[in-house]
Order: sequence, then structure tokens, then C-alpha cells
Amino acid sequence: MSFWRRNRKYWWIAGVTLGILCLCMGAVDGQFSIIWKKAVMICMECIGIG
Amino acid sequence: MKKLRLGVQLLFTIITNGYMYGFLNGKIYQGSLKYVCMPGLNCYSCPGAIASCPIGALQALLNQRGFQLPFGVLGFLFLFGSLLGRFVCGWLCPFGLVQDLLHKIPVFKKRKRLPFHHVLKYGKYVVLILFVGIGSAFLFGGFAKVPAFCKYICPSGTLFGALPLLTANESLRSQIGGLFFWKASLMLFILFLSVKCYRPFCQYLCPLGAIYGLFNRFSLVQIHWEKDKCVSCGACERACPVALSKMEISHSAECIRCGRCVEACPEKCLHFSSASAALKSAKDI
Repeated sequence: MSFWRRNRKYWWIAGVTLGILCLCMGAVDGQFSIIWKKAVMICMECIGIG
Repeated sequence: MKKLRLGVQLLFTIITNGYMYGFLNGKIYQGSLKYVCMPGLNCYSCPGAIASCPIGALQALLNQRGFQLPFGVLGFLFLFGSLLGRFVCGWLCPFGLVQDLLHKIPVFKKRKRLPFHHVLKYGKYVVLILFVGIGSAFLFGGFAKVPAFCKYICPSGTLFGALPLLTANESLRSQIGGLFFWKASLMLFILFLSVKCYRPFCQYLCPLGAIYGLFNRFSLVQIHWEKDKCVSCGACERACPVALSKMEISHSAECIRCGRCVEACPEKCLHFSSASAALKSAKDI
């Protein structure tokens, strides 16, 4: 526990690394195409119609 | 600092909603920038939006057939959260800007918090779990592809997405029903409340604020409090728009890093800094 507390100032680096890793995994999994397909069509739920 | 923050908020809102053609024709941007998420809550159905909303994208991935971890969006959230924490809320969120501007209207006696704040502040986590996360799958018909937060709650979608689109697009306008009136009423209630109370949506309902709040303790951008210099005058606590004590400033999940405490401190013992400097001072307390 004290190890984690002592090194808390470096957690953001771990967070950024994890973020980049997740982005890579998302890219490999093709998740950005899903996001793009959803984002380029008018989202009926978002505008309160669908 | 106030003017700088307002300038950054305005500039970021204009840049991330810079597709003017969409506003004129009631259509949305369909370019490749929509592969990426922007840091703040900004509906991707806003005609001007040039990137995706992280909460909308998160729901889009969670609502896919068969459960899969939404790595693509988690990556952006980890990245923005670890670097900025709720600095995003204070400086980069377009809906936060709208609430800030409404709160400047000089009517009503202003409040920093709503009654029962200590209970209500957990509302954003409830929204995150029930309407965005796994709970929405069970509450709204299995993995039945309902982006519950966007559909039933998101006032940003109504303000930035629905209103401009419905104004410019007649075929959409003809499809308005009860759901739209529910969302419009909720949006008006939140906007009206923003005139009285500081950022009620951010404090009590925003799932993105809930996520970034979890990063506040260790994000790169921190507010550094030099205890040795502090004369305990209370100026920072009076200036804090979300009524945090000086011990809570920066570390609390509620701190949006607006910098008003930094500006108010007569001894200059509060300032923006990196995580390592802030933690060094925390150890001295």
C-alpha cells in the first residue's frame, strides 16, 4: 500500500500509458470504425426522436 | 485568470464545433476526425461537431452485440483523465461553458450547492452506472442497443444537437414526439437551475465528470497548495465555486480546476502545477 502512495506522483504516467495501450487495443479491435459509424449519422436518441 | 479561462472555453467550443456548413443545412460532419473523441461533453449530433462525444461513443461500444470492453473510448478517457482530470470540465467542456455563462446572469441569490449536496453529488455516479454503464443493459432491455444516457438525460445533446438540427431540418422537425419534450423539459430545468446554482449538471449528473473526478487525485495538472505560506484567510474557500475547503481543493473529485482559488489567494500559495509538486506539498501537510 505504501508503495502505491509513495509513488502516486507517477500514477498519471501509468494512466497515460494505459490509455495509449487501450487506444491500440481499440484500434486492433476495430472499435474506432464503430464509433465513426455512430458519429457520422444523426443520432435519433441524442436529439430526442428515436 | 477568469478572462483566460473564458477565452479558452470559447475558443475550444468554437474549434470543436467549427463545421459551420452543418448549422446552415441541418446536416452533421462526416469526416475522419469523428474517429476520435473530444475531451468534453459535446454531442456528435451537433451539426458543428468535428469529433465524437466520449459518452456517446462509450455507449455505442457497450451496446454492440455481445459484450466487449470499450477499449477505444477507455483509451481517450485514461489519456485525458490522467493528464487533465476535471480540468477538462473547468476549461474545455462546452456544456460547462453554457452553465458558467448562465450563472453570470444577475438574477436570484446565487448558491454554490443544492440542498442535500452530500447525497446528490453521488448522482453522477448513479447516472454513470445505470444510464451509461452496464446497468443500462439490464434496465433498458438487455444489450438491446439503447444509449440510455443520450436518449433520456443528456441536455448537451438537446442543446447542441437537437435544437440546431430541428431548426434547420424540416423532416426531422416533423418527427418530434414525447421523448423530445421530456428531454427539452429536462434541459430547460437544468439550464434554469444553472442560473441559481453553480453548474448543477456537472456537480450532480454528468457521467463524464464522474469519470474524470476519479483521476483528480493523480492527474498531471494539479493545484499546488503551499501550506507554509498559507495564512488561513479563507479567500480560496470563499472563491471556490463548488464550496471546497482548502484541504479538498485539487484532490477532491468535485474540483474542476477553474483556478478561482489560485486567483483569490493573496499570499500566492495556490498555483497550478504538475502532480509531483502537488504531492510533495501534500506530504508536508
